Amino acid sequence: MNTHPIIAEIEKAQLRSEFPSFRVGDKLRVHYKIIEGDKERVQVFEGDVIKQNRKGARSTFTVRKVSFSIGVERTFPLHSPRIEKIERIAEGVVRRSRLYYLRDLSGKAARIKDAKNG
Amino acid sequence: MNKKPGIIGRKIGCTQLFTADGTVQRVTVVQAGPLTVVGKRTVERDGYVAVVLGFEERKEKHTNKPLAGQFKKAGISPKRIVKELRCDEAFSAQYEVGAVISLDTLFKAGDTVDAQGRTRGRGFTGVMRRWNFAGFPRTHGTHEYQRHGGSIGTNMTPGRTLPNIKMAGQYGDETVSILNLTVARVDAVQNLLMIEGGIPGAKNTVVTVRHAVKARLAKGGVPRA
Repeated sequence: MNTHPIIAEIEKAQLRSEFPSFRVGDKLRVHYKIIEGDKERVQVFEGDVIKQNRKGARSTFTVRKVSFSIGVERTFPLHSPRIEKIERIAEGVVRRSRLYYLRDLSGKAARIKDAKNG
Repeated sequence: MNKKPGIIGRKIGCTQLFTADGTVQRVTVVQAGPLTVVGKRTVERDGYVAVVLGFEERKEKHTNKPLAGQFKKAGISPKRIVKELRCDEAFSAQYEVGAVISLDTLFKAGDTVDAQGRTRGRGFTGVMRRWNFAGFPRTHGTHEYQRHGGSIGTNMTPGRTLPNIKMAGQYGDETVSILNLTVARVDAVQNLLMIEGGIPGAKNTVVTVRHAVKARLAKGGVPRA
């Protein structure tokens, strides 16, 4: 069903177009503002994009990394004002849109092929 | 009682908004106006104070004569939806018949409101959907009884089914109010009211939004708005 034009307008006003375009399989560095009490700092979350949910202003993406041998996944609202910067570190070659299979793999098997290095 | 009348509007749909700190607010967008004052109720003539609001245009040929007379008296074009909403005298005195009420004089972001709408009609519905009954086991010999409600009473005493037992029947298409919702944003230019949370009814349902009647008291015991 089509989005109501008024809703589309409200959502369009919230879009943030300054981020680089990226796809599932890419490696990203997400600079995310953390608010602790009245202090604000930026935390960097670096990992592979395993899922993208493209829904206009309601879009989200999920980044997976392995931290101290524990898999950590984080879903960010793409247009959130708390995302300061997104860096695209590497472009991956993958054959599906949801990389849930990475959860069952570890170590060398969990790598994603880089588009540049073959 | 409410000092301000509130609005009649049309539910447009739902989306989300980001607050400054990045929190996502789930909102329902309501087309709330332009609202025209079609008439007034006064203590002298009617015994109470209210304003009659008109919303959305209606073709003259579709307007019945009693209604057309009211619009003619007010000197305005025919409106599709007309509803009387109570308010206090101070508010009523600010507007002449025929005036257009601006949305930002009624609501501001952060106000606590009640929203009323007519829910989607679901027709004749079984007890599992209508009353959240658990149904019966799907295996272990249950025979043609999976979605039934079970017993509806005892035998000889009292010998009848008691009133108000939950059974299957018409579900939905009833007027429902949701109390104590929060206004997320007011767009007075486009007459849009964005309210946190859901409002009963499908898209394009006519809804009424009023200031909360049972709002919890803010600090110091003063009712919010």
